[in-house]
Amino acid sequence: MNQIVSPLQTLPSYLDQSASVRARFERLKQRETILEVRHLEKVFQQNGHETVALHDINFSTYRREFLCVIGASGCGKSTLARIIAGLEEKSGGEVLLENRPVDGPGTDRGMVFQGYTLFPWLTVKKNVMFGPQANGHSRLEAERQALQWLALVGLEKFADAYPHQLSGGMKQRVAIVRALANQPRILLMDEPFGALDAQTRCRMQSHLLEIWRQIDITIVFITHDLEEAIFLADRILVLSPHPGQVQELIEVPVPRPRSAAQIVSPEFLATKTRLEELIYSAPHEDEGDSYPPMIRLADVHDSVE
Amino acid sequence: MKKWLQVSRPVNPRAKLILGILSFVLPVALWCLVSYAPAIWHPQVLITDPGSVSYLQPGMRMDRSAFDGAAADAQAAHMPLPTGVPSNPIYLPAPDEVARAFYTSFTTAPETRDGQWLHESLWHSIQIIFWGFVISSVIGVPLGVLSGAYAPVARLTEPFIEFFRYLPAPAFGALAVAILGIYDGPKIAIIVIGTLFQQVLIIANTTRKLDGALVEAALTLGAKNSQLLRSVVIPAILPDLYRDQRILLGWAWTYLIIAELIGTTSGITFFITQQARFQHFANVYAAIAMIGILGLGMDMILALIGRQIFPWDRGLVKTA
Repeated sequence: MNQIVSPLQTLPSYLDQSASVRARFERLKQRETILEVRHLEKVFQQNGHETVALHDINFSTYRREFLCVIGASGCGKSTLARIIAGLEEKSGGEVLLENRPVDGPGTDRGMVFQGYTLFPWLTVKKNVMFGPQANGHSRLEAERQALQWLALVGLEKFADAYPHQLSGGMKQRVAIVRALANQPRILLMDEPFGALDAQTRCRMQSHLLEIWRQIDITIVFITHDLEEAIFLADRILVLSPHPGQVQELIEVPVPRPRSAAQIVSPEFLATKTRLEELIYSAPHEDEGDSYPPMIRLADVHDSVE
Repeated sequence: MKKWLQVSRPVNPRAKLILGILSFVLPVALWCLVSYAPAIWHPQVLITDPGSVSYLQPGMRMDRSAFDGAAADAQAAHMPLPTGVPSNPIYLPAPDEVARAFYTSFTTAPETRDGQWLHESLWHSIQIIFWGFVISSVIGVPLGVLSGAYAPVARLTEPFIEFFRYLPAPAFGALAVAILGIYDGPKIAIIVIGTLFQQVLIIANTTRKLDGALVEAALTLGAKNSQLLRSVVIPAILPDLYRDQRILLGWAWTYLIIAELIGTTSGITFFITQQARFQHFANVYAAIAMIGILGLGMDMILALIGRQIFPWDRGLVKTA
């Protein structure tokens, strides 16, 4: 009767990989390293206080890998993405993109933000043309590329619409192709679907995987949603908060291609259980130690449960 | 009533229109009441027939108590009584007189030979405002945008501007005349001084309110410094900058009368002071109202144009 709970008793370890999944990881690791983060440190100075946001972060991603970064709030996952993007200065360590150190923002790293950052004064097409034009492509060339990219996400009909005329999901699709139009080596995504409703988010996740399959791009995807991370990622970098440091780098044993049905598969549940252990066992410092015991204010006999 | 007075509750379009009309009708209705109901105020008497009182003349106004005294004296002496109707002081003409003045002030030839027709005066005033505002904007808008975009520029300019904006513009009147002569130069200068410093601060503030995420998005797309200013900062703030400019233009109008009094009095101010000297107060009110109509009309036209040139701007929808 209880089909969802019963596998939990006999869950495999999240470390168990089927032969095909193992073979896939073997192949992935054969690829060249795109991004390498070594001993990354970030310290924020605030009113004379020093807050360590990131401490000794080490990881690397391979070409065309889909890496998710996950962690409780305050673990510095957004800061990590912003440092890789070059929007934030690092306090120590190294960030190497194809063996070249990252210094400031660059077109080799595209970024999609959580908020809608489309330029409201530009039409959808001109938003996508922004990157190519900023990098010296002619208007015609940029326009040709933009239309191609919009066709990829099925928005060519909205080329001349303004961002405010689009739904949230459409806006993020435009934001993704706007970042891709520069043909970056990696795409950084900082909780890009956080503001979307659950249904749209699901559709966007599948859509993103579809895009990722079609083009040569490595994705670093920041999220706090465990299921989103498992559904999307090849590997998941789990950060622990205060200070943010790497807890574990998990190889997701869920086979590809992914589908929504896999959410109840044993591999998926095993990975989710492991992530929950890692993330929710850590004390939530920013929410206070615990909730206080409650005093009953309703009538003793008037019970709701 | 509870439904009407609720914080942040929007008003439906019909109620909006009615309230908008009422906001003009109510003050005018109050003015009509004071003007046409003899029981209300009317502290003076307009003499229609002096009767036996030698110092009275038809058309003369006097305080009611003085008139009552004169009438009582005449009655005591058994002489013909003076008659008159209750009236308001000459400085408060009735609405119909002012309405008529709107037309007649345009058709009346200048009282003095060096005087100007009203439309010439108005045109002169508009030119003063225009040039004052243009000169102020040519300096103020770029400086404001740069201050807002680059913190070092702001630190260099804003402390001095903060100091300067407290100095009343008319205080520079004598100086402006000494430097720029007595004609239009000093008048334009006063409007520039009155507008410019606020303009820099307001526009710098607007620029600073720009959504940082847009700038970051542009940076990750490969936009460099000057490009960032040109293709992100300026277009992003343009609708707000346009709104600021509309407010500042209104500001410039309020400096007009002071500015035109400097050096040789000119423009609509010359007309107003001249008419006041001849006690044609209906004309004075009409001229003052014309400034309001010109200012409001221009602002409404600019708002309309704004909606056309910034079709993507959501701010206008909220404020409209």
